[in-house]
Amino acid sequence: MSKKQDDDLDYETTGHEWDGIKEYNKPLPRWWLWTFYATIVWGVLYTIAYPAWPGIKDATPGLLGFSTRAQVAEDIARFEDANSGINAQLASVELTEIAQDADLNQFAQNAGAAVFRTWCAQCHGSGAAGAKGYPNLLDDDWLWGGDIEAIHATISHGIRNEEDPDARYSEMPAFGELLAEEEISQVVNYVMSLSGEPQDASLVAAGETVFLDNCAACHMDEGTGDRWQGAPNLTDAIWLYGGDYETLTETVTYSRYGVMPPWTDRLSEAEIRAVATYVHGLGGGEAAVE
Amino acid sequence: MGILDKHKVLETNATLLLICSFLVVTIGGLVQIVPLFYLENTIEEVEGMRPYTPLELAGRDVYLREGCYVCHSQMIRPMRDEVERYGHYSLAAESMYDHPFQWGSKRTGPDLARVGGRYSDDWHVDHLRDPQSVVPESVMPKYGYLEATLLEGEHIGELMATNAFVGVPYTSEMIEAATQDFRAQADPDRDYDGLLERYGETVNVRNFDGQPGVSEADALIAYLQMLGTLVDFSTFTPDASR
Repeated sequence: MSKKQDDDLDYETTGHEWDGIKEYNKPLPRWWLWTFYATIVWGVLYTIAYPAWPGIKDATPGLLGFSTRAQVAEDIARFEDANSGINAQLASVELTEIAQDADLNQFAQNAGAAVFRTWCAQCHGSGAAGAKGYPNLLDDDWLWGGDIEAIHATISHGIRNEEDPDARYSEMPAFGELLAEEEISQVVNYVMSLSGEPQDASLVAAGETVFLDNCAACHMDEGTGDRWQGAPNLTDAIWLYGGDYETLTETVTYSRYGVMPPWTDRLSEAEIRAVATYVHGLGGGEAAVE
Repeated sequence: MGILDKHKVLETNATLLLICSFLVVTIGGLVQIVPLFYLENTIEEVEGMRPYTPLELAGRDVYLREGCYVCHSQMIRPMRDEVERYGHYSLAAESMYDHPFQWGSKRTGPDLARVGGRYSDDWHVDHLRDPQSVVPESVMPKYGYLEATLLEGEHIGELMATNAFVGVPYTSEMIEAATQDFRAQADPDRDYDGLLERYGETVNVRNFDGQPGVSEADALIAYLQMLGTLVDFSTFTPDASR
């Protein structure tokens, strides 16, 4: 022990002394120290190259002229330029011609799928199968029309929203205020009979009278619906809100008012056409009506 | 080494060391923070920002109380993927009436800075009630109780006065009419002309939750449907040098 203490006295000290205890000067490894100095130099250079030091009115812009906003604008422009030709074509051809052009159709399908996942999937489902109150887009049952023009119009302007004056609009009355409970029960049983669901057969005949007086103007005499008014077909056993007795009673009593936002302000014309092509191609798309 | 040799004075005098440390931290803080208050390129003037309506402000309080910010940010960063998904990147001015701001740092759910108008009111009701009913892959908890809790809005004027105290330009007229405006926004059958006059024609006046009375869901949906819609980007081009 004593020998070691003697050795230790040979070490250089920092000169600090506290109550007779001295502090050895054991320098940091040189590589560490130089790395440390290098980071300081790097830091100073960084503030010269990039926006940093505040002045009276502005901060120094930096020698490299870097700007996050310019960078994101450039980034977006790069991708837009890459697709500008085909997007311009997509936005300008007749809607019905998109499917004729193989390249254009493929581009529209893929771009449309991306737009759908970002903007539409929250309501219509990531697989486009919809949910209660949000139509399934995979089948061939359309409320407002299933040809490409109709789908394009629906996406552009939406349904029953306040933002777009061209939005599709219709409003089913809340029949709870117009019909007696008994009549509602009758008409619900009649509507259930249209699609062959189990129903109380004794009420159907009376229900038909109620239906013809109150519902047929929009849903048509046979209950096949009217796309000009977004009135659903009641005979196909496809239900937006549900086809059981309770749900139908609720629908007739309080009515429904499904809203879809307009997309012209958020999406470009090419994006709207792409997603229309995608939805049209999901399985239920109809040929355009001449 | 001149001044460096004098460090012994500091190191042997705890009070002096404390005072000097405090001074150094203060100077460092001032240099970083103060320029943000006066530099022109950190303060961007935009058209369309307005203080929140009483109902939106109440909805914002529900948003805070439920801790929505724990999973949802309100800050679209200037990156291509975010701009493509959420819309135009957020501007500092868009949080100018937020006390505190809701930028957030966690995105278990999507960013909500521009969620306004993106979904229908019905969707919000369905989604708050049972998020998985519309988005099966969602992990969001259910908030159905919000539509069952009715609000009278009798203290909303006091909240507005507090906001005015920290700089939100609520006029005394706005604060006086607070409860009235609060109820009018969620009930199109009431007289809401005053509300539109005070807060602008673009205020959404609807029965947001589709049920009688003003519920917390009404307030929250009113707030969400306004988010990110105030600045009109068709007439505004952000300065790229900022």
